Amino acid sequence: MKCAVCRGPAVIDLRRHNANFCADHFLKFCRDQVVRAIDEYDMIEPGERVLVAVSGGKDSLALWDLLLELGYEVEGMTIGLGIGDYSTASTEAAIAFAARRNLTLGRIDLRGDYDYDIPTAAAVTRRVPCSSCGLSKRHLIDRAALDGDYDVVATGHNLDDEAAVLFGNVLHWHTEYLGRQRPVLAERIGPEHDTRSGGAEAGTRVFPRKVKPLVRLTERETAAYCVLRGIDYVVEECPMAEGNRHLRYKEALNAVEAASPGAKQAFYFGFLARAADRFAPEPDGGDGEVRSCARCGSPTTGEVCAFCRLIDQVTGHDPVPVELVRPRRRGSRRRRARTKRPSGQSATGAQNSTGFAT
Amino acid sequence: MRVLLRNPRRELQVDGPLSVGKLLRRLDLNRESVLVVRGDTLVPGDAVLADDDVIEIRPVISGGAR
Repeated sequence: MKCAVCRGPAVIDLRRHNANFCADHFLKFCRDQVVRAIDEYDMIEPGERVLVAVSGGKDSLALWDLLLELGYEVEGMTIGLGIGDYSTASTEAAIAFAARRNLTLGRIDLRGDYDYDIPTAAAVTRRVPCSSCGLSKRHLIDRAALDGDYDVVATGHNLDDEAAVLFGNVLHWHTEYLGRQRPVLAERIGPEHDTRSGGAEAGTRVFPRKVKPLVRLTERETAAYCVLRGIDYVVEECPMAEGNRHLRYKEALNAVEAASPGAKQAFYFGFLARAADRFAPEPDGGDGEVRSCARCGSPTTGEVCAFCRLIDQVTGHDPVPVELVRPRRRGSRRRRARTKRPSGQSATGAQNSTGFAT
Repeated sequence: MRVLLRNPRRELQVDGPLSVGKLLRRLDLNRESVLVVRGDTLVPGDAVLADDDVIEIRPVISGGAR
């Protein structure tokens, strides 16, 4: 197998591009794909300050490396989620990457800074861990970007991620989400009339611009990039993601891709080119009136934002070990232990201390 | 050859020589979902693995860390 560019020995075959590459030309291919995504979707302007959401996984570290290679001013932010050894290893990988390259990496720790962690939040809220995890990360990264005056937040979402999300949204016809699935989410300015205390000054940014420069690359390609660049990343999967539907969608799409190379790319970019506008959100965002959270000032359509409501619910609880919070099997219902009801008395139910099925 | 698998971590002994494609089929792995790593570089799909090779078949699909 020879490199499509230089005819030297190839180290990777990309069937969706009908091309094989040596190490150097594969790395160039990755850079070119990121440049193309940034240019095509007006993601980042020269001179803008970029905050990369860093998890310690292959995509965020590959993204940070690629943006630096392309000459952007990039700093990182990582969040300690408290998911046992997995989070420890993830944070260590992020710190090691930044230290080796003398980069600025901001750090937030949920347990230390907010008195909760994802396993505990999952147990207390009785919702899938990804719910509180995604909410926490989005809120805290947005907050860090606004407070640090970064122009744009870059996340490591890749083609596989976007195709899987699109697949799920189409499967269930979540048209409200289809309307917002773009490689760029524009910044939002606060309403002029918002004068509540603690809120953003009227007319200031309340949501930073968010971009996905890796959308033209698959997970296999970002992983290959890290191997060839010598970037150590966390390979082990998040223990709380085991069996989730997002992973099942990816497996299904990769089964299609194996038989029909280029299918994921055609699916996702075909949607953007030919169908996304049919699901465009309402001009006002369709969210209703956006105001400032009465607690933290973040944008919300309610009195208090979703993150502050989560904090209210989950802080102050004893930490729940990740081993006790198992992903629920698909289709299973949480059972409550029933006690036989003595005649004339009302039934009582009982459940384990975590509220999860055993 | 020694084959290291991840998630969960385990090791297999497989007789070589054997092509990467045949190895992945034998292990029922989708070539779109893994990388084959030897040392600090990658092994392409048409490569033939020797009996004394040590390789890692690394899963690339994630639902967690980016």
